[in-house]
Amino acid sequence: MAAVSLRDVRKSYTAELQVIHGVSMEIKDGEFIVILGPSGCGKSTLLRMVAGLETITAGEIAIGDRVVNNLEPKDRDIAMVFQNYALYPHMSVYDNMAYGLRIRGLAKEDISVRVKKAADILELGKYLERRPRELSGGQRQRVAMGRAIVREPQVFLFDEPLSNLDAKLRVQMRAELQALHRRLGTTSLFVTHDQVEAMTLAQRMIVMNAGRAEQIGAPLEVYAKPATTFVASFIGSPPMNLIPRDGKLLGIRPEHLEPCAESAAMLTVDVDLIEPLGADILVYGHEGKPGGDASSARVAARLPADAHAQAGRLALRYERSHEHWYDPQSGKRIEP
Amino acid sequence: MVENRPWLTALSHAVLILGVLAVAFPLYVTFVASTLSLKEIMQVPMPLLPGSHLIENFTQVLTGGTTTGSKAAVSHMLVNSTVMALAIPLGKIAISIIASFAIVYFRFRFRMFFFWMIFVTLMLPVEVRIIPTLQVITDLKMNNTYAGLTIPLIASATATFLFRQFFMTVPDELAEAARVDGASPMRFFWDVLMPLSKTTMAALFVIQFIYGWNQYLWPLLVATDESMYTTVIGIKRMIVGSDAANEWNLIMATAILAMLPPALVVVLMQKWFVKGLVETEK
Repeated sequence: MAAVSLRDVRKSYTAELQVIHGVSMEIKDGEFIVILGPSGCGKSTLLRMVAGLETITAGEIAIGDRVVNNLEPKDRDIAMVFQNYALYPHMSVYDNMAYGLRIRGLAKEDISVRVKKAADILELGKYLERRPRELSGGQRQRVAMGRAIVREPQVFLFDEPLSNLDAKLRVQMRAELQALHRRLGTTSLFVTHDQVEAMTLAQRMIVMNAGRAEQIGAPLEVYAKPATTFVASFIGSPPMNLIPRDGKLLGIRPEHLEPCAESAAMLTVDVDLIEPLGADILVYGHEGKPGGDASSARVAARLPADAHAQAGRLALRYERSHEHWYDPQSGKRIEP
Repeated sequence: MVENRPWLTALSHAVLILGVLAVAFPLYVTFVASTLSLKEIMQVPMPLLPGSHLIENFTQVLTGGTTTGSKAAVSHMLVNSTVMALAIPLGKIAISIIASFAIVYFRFRFRMFFFWMIFVTLMLPVEVRIIPTLQVITDLKMNNTYAGLTIPLIASATATFLFRQFFMTVPDELAEAARVDGASPMRFFWDVLMPLSKTTMAALFVIQFIYGWNQYLWPLLVATDESMYTTVIGIKRMIVGSDAANEWNLIMATAILAMLPPALVVVLMQKWFVKGLVETEK
């Protein structure tokens, strides 16, 4: 196991087309890091640069105390799990896991011991002789993980490994991944666009947008104090409301709004959409200042299930401590 | 579409049966002719039931050819044909799979230029370039050699193109996974790409075996020596002068011998052939 450091890592394909604009981060030994961002933000590219599948234009990546910029993937002591699993279709599950070890010239007995051990951890023992196409999606996913585990690498790299699974299986595999990390304690980098995966799996996360790291921090810290308007509107569902106030942006999460009497209203909303979810009710509408119009900010509120939601004016209040303030130009957080 | 109209079924069966007869009847006549004696075959009309000279005719052509036309033994021609029909597909597969591997998996200067050069030769079949090719082979003194017979037919854009298309459908992640696993490019080629291409290779082999076996024009020019005749050329050499002067029973026996191996290859490799054309194991 090893620490990973990214030092002002940049990637550009041509002089004009830069996709990673300098990302720096120190990942501690054994940490589980999630790289979160919308599609096209460069999160996979960043991971592939750590893996050695993409060249690094500028900056430095170190695994342990070795700078790996010019090392082939096989020499970086990493293992990668791909989104579509990338299992060798013509090989059995056993051979899929053993292939990398054979190339490294391990003895047959050692390979067998390692594969059996990984198969036990992942409950694949019964399927070792099968071909990938004879397995279900979840089992294939496990084989892909098994292939990474048997290598006993310094770092695990996961490139959206759960996004090809159905919703139920995804939750299950998420739990298994967590258990696996607890058991092996290997430094892991996990790329996803799913904020729930990020919140539940990460010890720390990097929120990326357009090739920049917008915020790096523990999930709850990122939720509680989004560093930019992008992070504020990317984390949370529905996203944080951003309302213009006195030349600044007021950020307030839908779950922090509560209905109140007209006289105590800190915010009134002209409700035009109601989504009852069972556990609670989501209401949406334009901010309805007296004389407000459709161009005013859109506001969402999460109300308790017993709230009486109906279209029309709704008075809302919130705790001052839940306010967030942003600079509308730079999008940066303003600490009060 | 499922329809239940008896007259339509009857009609389609009639058409199909006619089709089968049109294809099968000449083959049947060939077979019957190969079992008759020369005297029987010259009767008008020719008998349509097999005669009693089957073994005699086949022994004659296999060991000594005809008496009036070429006297080269067909057994040796079958060997020549087999060498040619095996060397062409095997050579083609070996060369084009490597060429496609380079074109699909490596970024080198003029990559697309080379690909299009290969592609353009698709438009130049052997017949078009036959005179310059013959000149080259003659200058290299490769007439009447197996090399001269096969090498000009091995260069192939079709196979390169086919393998390229197949390789492009192989997910990139597979190559990347192999890279992370520590496989060198050639190791990836051997351990992953080759096994995945098995069915494509089988389909190509069947097509090219038949192509090689049935070659007529090229061996006619290059194989002028009796010892280098292929079976197809052998048939041509047995036909001399007027209709009546030919030993049609022996020629037909040779024709049967020339037809069997391709049919055999198709029958034996049918499963693989179809697999290669319709499905990929990915």
